[in-house]
Amino acid sequence: MITHAAHEMASAMQAGEITSVELTQAHLDRISAVDSQVHAFLHVDTEGALSQAKSVDDARARGEKVGPLAGVPLALKDVMVQKGIPTTAGSKILEGWRPPYDATVVSKMKSAGIVILGKTNMDEFAMGSSTENSAYGPTHNPWDLTRIPGGSGGGSSASLAAFQAPLAIGTDTGGSIRQPAAVTGTVGVKPTYGGVSRYGLIAFSSSLDQAGPCARTVLDAALLHEVIAGHDIHDATSIDAPVPQVVQAARSGDVKGMKIGVVKELNGDGYQAGVRSRFEESLELLAKAGAEIVEVSCPNFEYALAAYYLIAPSECSSNLARFDAMRYGIRVGDEDGASAESVMNLTREVGFGREVKRRIILGTYALSSGYFDAYYGSAQKVRTLIMQDFNSAFGKADVLVSPTCPTTAFKIGEKANDPLAMYLNDIATIPVNMAGIGGMSLPCGLAPEDGLPVGFQVMAPAMQDQRMYSVGAALEASLLSQWGAPLLSQIPALAGAK
Amino acid sequence: MSLTYEDVIAKYEPVLGLEVHVELNTHSKMFCGCSTIFGGEPNTQTCPVCLGMPGALPVVNEKAIESSILIGLALNCSIAPFSRFSRKNYFYPDMPKNFQISQYDEPICVNGYLDVEIDTDEGIKKFRVEIERVHMEEDTGKSLHVGGATGRIHGADYSLLDYNRAGIPLVEIVTKIVPGTGKYAPEVAKAYVAELRDILRSLGVSDVRMEQGSLRCDANVSLRLIGAETLGTRSETKNVNSLRSVERAVRGEMIRHAELLNKGERVVQETRHFQEESGLTRSGRSKEQAEDYRYFPEPDLVPVAPDAAWIETLRATLPEQPTLRRKRLQTEWSVPDKEMAAMINADALDIVEATVKLGADPTRARGWWIGESSRFAKEQGITIADLSISPTDVAQIVALVANGELTDKLARQVVEGVIAGEGAPASVIESRGLKVVSDESALMAAIERAIAAQPETAEKIRNGHIPAAGALIGAVMKETKGQADAARVRELLLGHLGQPTT
Ligand SMILES: [Zn+2]
Repeated sequence: MITHAAHEMASAMQAGEITSVELTQAHLDRISAVDSQVHAFLHVDTEGALSQAKSVDDARARGEKVGPLAGVPLALKDVMVQKGIPTTAGSKILEGWRPPYDATVVSKMKSAGIVILGKTNMDEFAMGSSTENSAYGPTHNPWDLTRIPGGSGGGSSASLAAFQAPLAIGTDTGGSIRQPAAVTGTVGVKPTYGGVSRYGLIAFSSSLDQAGPCARTVLDAALLHEVIAGHDIHDATSIDAPVPQVVQAARSGDVKGMKIGVVKELNGDGYQAGVRSRFEESLELLAKAGAEIVEVSCPNFEYALAAYYLIAPSECSSNLARFDAMRYGIRVGDEDGASAESVMNLTREVGFGREVKRRIILGTYALSSGYFDAYYGSAQKVRTLIMQDFNSAFGKADVLVSPTCPTTAFKIGEKANDPLAMYLNDIATIPVNMAGIGGMSLPCGLAPEDGLPVGFQVMAPAMQDQRMYSVGAALEASLLSQWGAPLLSQIPALAGAK
Repeated sequence: MSLTYEDVIAKYEPVLGLEVHVELNTHSKMFCGCSTIFGGEPNTQTCPVCLGMPGALPVVNEKAIESSILIGLALNCSIAPFSRFSRKNYFYPDMPKNFQISQYDEPICVNGYLDVEIDTDEGIKKFRVEIERVHMEEDTGKSLHVGGATGRIHGADYSLLDYNRAGIPLVEIVTKIVPGTGKYAPEVAKAYVAELRDILRSLGVSDVRMEQGSLRCDANVSLRLIGAETLGTRSETKNVNSLRSVERAVRGEMIRHAELLNKGERVVQETRHFQEESGLTRSGRSKEQAEDYRYFPEPDLVPVAPDAAWIETLRATLPEQPTLRRKRLQTEWSVPDKEMAAMINADALDIVEATVKLGADPTRARGWWIGESSRFAKEQGITIADLSISPTDVAQIVALVANGELTDKLARQVVEGVIAGEGAPASVIESRGLKVVSDESALMAAIERAIAAQPETAEKIRNGHIPAAGALIGAVMKETKGQADAARVRELLLGHLGQPTT
């Protein structure tokens, strides 16, 4: 059962073929069996998960109407706070902290009866593309344990690929949902900015962060999307408008007459051959399904990465100032006679990792008086230009597409000492965050040269998230009929698994 | 050898700048739902948002926006159609996020003014204080530094943090520089803060209690040689917790600056703390090296864009400006200048007006509040508004005196009883037996008994020696234990003895 899609698990529970407790236990067993190799989880809440599962089973037994995903287990990225459950955001500085409240996404999932198995590994404060920046050690890609599972949400995507959970929550600031999805052969969606509440999402870069669904099928992602989306009075940037009908779009998967724009700048040089060939084949499948493929140009995308690495560090330098040992998290150097200032300094020195410090320093510098206009100010102007590029591209096409990443999963340690090479992983995903629109990555095959998954990215205008699901579902259906079985059926078995 | 104030103003011109922080009296904090009630147990009025917990987000309190717009309108400002919050970044343990959400380059109100008047030897003088901006921000928590000599963080044994105040909505009202006040600078500063306080109170947006810190003033002072163009270096005095202190602080800083300048030394640009006991200031943080707060737009909040129609609705609700209201009431009630000043000093305007609105004669209403009530309030160390006597009570007492049911003397006892908590005037009169003896046959009987007791005095009166009536009236008043109306007794007595009663 654990290899099935979430909606199939839900149907089986509805049909009385399996209980949520059984299903949850099966996943907990799977985690016990394989997580020593994958290291997707930072914390497993066995007791809480089983008790939530039991209450869903009880409700169903009483004949109560439950949600479409009730009783289905889920892995939660450790950047989301969950009341009473250790939450670290992959950082040592928050070691041992148990939040006193639930993120809005968490409370929505709890009311929908979703069973939260535990917290997944991530790059510290979501800063990274490989999960190697976690203070708690890297996560391994289930396709090849010597490779990265993407980042920052590598734990969430790896847990899906390793069948430890059928659903997961990720957060995406520059690609942290889509890039891990791409390199693990799973589906990940970054909704329109403001579509899902950020309340309880530990902020990295407030104007870019967005939580979203991760799953093994497009329909599963849509079902989870509808559970977590919607206006929240606790988030001033959340959109007060009806949630796009993403489930309906995923079920119909209709792209007839749809114009699909291929972004010229997000393809070609610098993209791995196998990535390009799988991407081209996918375009052909979409054309066969009735879509019209057009080419669009977004000339300002070339500045997106540079601007991103000013805006995100600037905001993070301020967002992370609160970790000062005064109210929560670890405290270092609090000895007789130590001043508050020295305790703050020592705690931050010990508590933050290298990448986080690098970005805090970068951001602090970019916001300094005298440099603000040249750095933060210019970056905001680039952001406006990127939005204009998208606007004009969406004048020519209903959705835009590109490979999600330039390459397949690289080796753990390969780029650890080369931040710039690491940052380039997100070249195709960052423009979406800069413009606040929606983006999806779904698997489109394995690169012939290395046998690793390739991701196909779909981008839709703000609040038109359903279009990504239409395209995603259409492509998924075409690929499935070509392959005969989901891509993940080709994943090598993990040692120690039943 | 210290300078006199006269020496200072003979040589220098002071330039003022005033920054007033006002805590709004909204029920909840600026960015969360926590209570704002003053004086709670430490850290009981907190939540993930105002504690800066990871993941928590601010949401703007609409009521605070409304109050800020009202303040801007009352100060003749333009209301920005689009304003923004920014983050002011600096580390301090009482600031939960280590940044303060404030307004920086796009405040909600700009370019206003406030006219103030001061009473001088040369008559009433008017000064216009120009307002640069009115902006919103959140208050910080409070630190209590225990141990160490200075009560400051450096050298303390340990510090306690209370975040109840963290996130209370603050409005900062900043003036442009105020030149041209000359020797009146201290009084203008005081009058400005007083007028501002009255306006804020009339708007109902703040408790404006300087002693509780809900209105705090920072006074910036600099001196330049009379006739000079360039401004001198300013100092910024904080911790000025009363109107009197505003005046003292400005005067004290003027003298301190002049002493430095006369000695050829320079004034250091710094924050100074006002010492209530000595009236002097002590050096605080130097501002010579401007701190870099790395302001940038708060990405967790959307811009504030108040609807033009809403602003006009708010403008229509503005109460009468306190100065104009005072002038109007003084004319309507025909109050002499000195007594008007006394009434304002005793903070009695609202309460007298309320009493008059209930039908009381203005002069009598004023008399009771300024005389009796204010004496009791002073004894109890409270304001007249906090006494347990209400405008309704006073209006009733005035009415009872007017229709002869109480004498002034009895009325004083009624007031005393009401203030002592014995109940409303009617029940005090009842329980203390303070009714005027208005039964005329009873009075006549008492008059006849008095005449019988002092036949010679009565004879003198019959012979036209009216002043002798005093002794008989006294006897009657004594017999009625003071509960008769002396004037009526006199009338009845004189009539009875065949004399003219007027
Ligand atoms: Zn709060």
